[in-house]
Amino acid sequence: MGWAAVLRLMPWGGPRLKPTNTDDPNYFHKVVDCQWACPAHTNVPEYIRLIAQGRYTDAYLLNRESNVFPAILGRTCDRPCEPACRRGRLDGKPVAICRLKRVAADHRGEIGHLLPEIPKTKNGKRIACIGAGPASLTVANDLLPLGYEIVMFDKNDKPGGLMRTNIPAFRLPEKVLMEEVEMILNMGVDIRYNSPVTSMKALLDQGFDAIFVGSGAPRGKELELPGRHDTDRIHIGIDWLESIAFGHIDSVGEKVLIIGVGNTAMDCCRSSCRLGGKDIKVMARRPRGFFKASAWELDDAEEEGVEILINHAPKRFVIEDGKLKGMEFERLEWDKAAKNSKTIDTIFLPADDVILAIGQENAFPWFERDLGVEFNKWEEPVVDQVTMMSSRPGIFFGGDSAFGPKNIIWAVEHGHQAAISIHNYCEGLSVTERLAQGQNLVSQKMGLGQWSYHNDYNPAARQKMQHVDLEWRFQQINIEVELGFSAEQTAREVQRCLNCDIQTVFYPARCIECDACIDICPLLCLTMAPDAEEEQLRQHLSAPATNLDQALYASTPLPQTKRLMLKDEDLCVHCGLCAERCPTSAWDMQKFELQIPYAAESTTEKSCVPA
Amino acid sequence: MPSITKPVAVHPSLKRNELGLTVRDYEGSMSTLCAGCGHDSITAALVRAIWELSLPPHMIAKLSGIGCSSKTPAYFVSGAHGFNSAHGRMAPIATGANAANRELTYIGISGDGDSLSIGLGHMCHAIRRNLRILYVIENNGVYGLTKGQFSASADLGSRSKRKEANRMAPIDPVSLGLSLGATFIARGFSGDKEQLVPILKAAMTHRGFALVDVISPCVTFNDHEGSTKSYLHVRQQARAATETDFVAPATEILATIGKNGAVNVTMHDGSTVSFKGVPPDYDPTDREKVFSFMQERYGKGEIVTGLLYIDETVPDLHEMSDTPDTALIKVPYEKLCPGSSALEKLQEDFR
Ligand SMILES: Cc1ncc(C[n+]2csc(CCOP(=O)(O)OP(=O)(O)O)c2C)c(N)n1
Ligand code: SF4
Ligand SMILES: [Mg+2]
Repeated sequence: MGWAAVLRLMPWGGPRLKPTNTDDPNYFHKVVDCQWACPAHTNVPEYIRLIAQGRYTDAYLLNRESNVFPAILGRTCDRPCEPACRRGRLDGKPVAICRLKRVAADHRGEIGHLLPEIPKTKNGKRIACIGAGPASLTVANDLLPLGYEIVMFDKNDKPGGLMRTNIPAFRLPEKVLMEEVEMILNMGVDIRYNSPVTSMKALLDQGFDAIFVGSGAPRGKELELPGRHDTDRIHIGIDWLESIAFGHIDSVGEKVLIIGVGNTAMDCCRSSCRLGGKDIKVMARRPRGFFKASAWELDDAEEEGVEILINHAPKRFVIEDGKLKGMEFERLEWDKAAKNSKTIDTIFLPADDVILAIGQENAFPWFERDLGVEFNKWEEPVVDQVTMMSSRPGIFFGGDSAFGPKNIIWAVEHGHQAAISIHNYCEGLSVTERLAQGQNLVSQKMGLGQWSYHNDYNPAARQKMQHVDLEWRFQQINIEVELGFSAEQTAREVQRCLNCDIQTVFYPARCIECDACIDICPLLCLTMAPDAEEEQLRQHLSAPATNLDQALYASTPLPQTKRLMLKDEDLCVHCGLCAERCPTSAWDMQKFELQIPYAAESTTEKSCVPA
Repeated sequence: MPSITKPVAVHPSLKRNELGLTVRDYEGSMSTLCAGCGHDSITAALVRAIWELSLPPHMIAKLSGIGCSSKTPAYFVSGAHGFNSAHGRMAPIATGANAANRELTYIGISGDGDSLSIGLGHMCHAIRRNLRILYVIENNGVYGLTKGQFSASADLGSRSKRKEANRMAPIDPVSLGLSLGATFIARGFSGDKEQLVPILKAAMTHRGFALVDVISPCVTFNDHEGSTKSYLHVRQQARAATETDFVAPATEILATIGKNGAVNVTMHDGSTVSFKGVPPDYDPTDREKVFSFMQERYGKGEIVTGLLYIDETVPDLHEMSDTPDTALIKVPYEKLCPGSSALEKLQEDFR
């Protein structure tokens, strides 16, 4: 159907498609898919460009500003950014954002002198942090430069929380963990090891100005089946991993069954490979595609010879003479959506050890319930999603202890938000009085056909992470498996980034409707069309805009024909050719910088630099 | 110069034509024309039209003269044959090429300077011969390449960038074509591809000389106030007189005929040009009526667009010259040039 026909269908009655409000930072932020998907909103394209220029320290600092633990996260992050990456929609494989983060950390220079200065005179406020994991450490990181005193309690004799206890050393070496944790501790945290908080009431009595609970989700879920408590060879996954981390466990039987198929299960099976396990099976209730574990963690486990058995439901533990013999499973057949199943038969699998990795939850046995902090019927604290404050002013939660198990990057973001609230609270301001995010847009035009960023599209394929040889990696529990990217791999991978933060910005009053931008756009993103309902328009663009998650950027009516300039953001590669072919600079390429408020303005210079 | 070549990434919805090619496969090298030049939009329309016709790139010959417009053959169908001739000489080169190989689709790209001044005589004779070619005049009213002097198509009173008015009457390629007996005459606007693409498709299917005059604003030298070839002026004055569709051979067309005095013209290869809308009393096959219609509208300052005139009955150059059906390049050399004894024998016959 031509445009004339579409128009005839729709009698005029005022604008149907609202012009896009680009003054709202959310609009351009959302175009940067990775940054939008990241809980901490790390400025990914900018740090990738810094890496491309060999400016690893700057790339590291830019990361640290939002995610605090670039080296740790560059190895362990859940990477919500990668499934969101525009490159994935274009050639099936997202940019290896996480691996590039590690590149910045691996190659950075000395940064001690670039970290925020800690004032000698304190502001007189003392904050207690429970737990020395990522959430508490982020709170400390944000508040120490403002003159706060931080007292941090941990039940273990080493810091890091779940980053230490639940992530095996072959994924996250101790040295890497300690370097970034100490960066914060050395800012002057008053850290109290071997000091589990056993009573919240007692802690409150110590007169802290605010308390932050970052104690994680330390309780592994049980599997109450016959035989569960008749042997000591059945282990709770996260407790078992913690015992390995602290050297209390250094061996496992030859035959190991892991129950559950999440990321903890992957860590358990791969740890078993290194402790003497020979025949290791991960037992999944449901078919592939319904697993909780990240795809790459599954790949890594299978590469190490772990077998994943699908459609097996645990039935009972088989114990003979007080000795674990194995387990019985029901074999299931599922419908397509894996909603309903029927049992086919029951089978027996022998085992020397069984490890339960079916989830974990937060638990507060030490937290009296008459302190004014509301807990819901699942015994979880009631916490405000924005301020991280509990129902008792002055007590804040973050990380897994707030809303149950998430991941490190969420814990970091909770820490940032809690720090803002704590600062407000201590200043006597309302915790809801928060600065809004802002934006900065800077033209990248340097001259005719010249841009201050590398605008070419590189068809390179995603680089594959090299691993330590199988025969070597099992020799010790702490041999890091991933080798990191080589210089060549880095050079190729950085060029796959589509510079989504370099925004196409349109000035309708300048447009002469010459079609040049539409003609040149390689991904058919642009269309000039008469006003209509969005649904209708999406079908009649240069290419149909079927990805409804992606915005249609709409102009106000154009000067000559009153049509609208429309851009489907979905597959734009930010090559800048539209702006280059525009005779009147109606299109411009502008670098978007999201301004994220933290507990206070950082005293160090912003690490934002021209591309 | 563009900073990069066009990214190879393509939209997943891109369709393939009968040859399995996408529209991107019909692109050429990056344009070096000024940003916003109308010529580039015509290039984009050509790419689309050629792709839609599923023409094999190696069966296309692109020819041009000199001018910004004459540079455009470099910017579409890289896989085609090309000849960038001397100023105004595209028509004779095309005539020779077509004489030697009648199997190719000939696309001539020229400018108003190239065709209406230095090359005017050549164009007139190609029209007379009914040379089978799509002959595009990218008409901007100036010599763009030599920095914007008025061309022969500049309207009386149209003002230059320095505000001087043109005092010489224009040569209108459409009227000229009508008077010379051109068999396919159309006018388009670079800013309206919905209209231009079907015209170009019909033109490439036409049995003879298809003259397509496309108003194509020169953003650098002729897009100011007072110009009658600016984007704004053309948008204000253009009137689409006819609305046409190009229907490929063997496609059911019955459903589209019968309304608004619609006329269907069957093309040589079995495809159809269907006029969905024409003015009252207008007959695109009646040369005199079209001529007086054009004169009347021109007097009102209107820029009439559309496929304006068509005659599929006139034999083309080959038919008139009675050449063999096979391309001359495929005729064995001994047969084409049977030697001096054969020549002597022939001359003997004339004695
Ligand atoms: C024999 C000869 N005479 C003059 C010129 C100078 N010249 C180059 S392009 C041109 C006119 C081009 O005008 P047009 O065909 O309208 O093309 P445009 O650049 O406007 O697209 C002239 C006169 C030439 N190249 N060769
Ligand atoms: S000078 Fe005019 S005709 Fe030539 S490329 Fe520039 S805009 Fe086009
Ligand atoms: Mg010209």
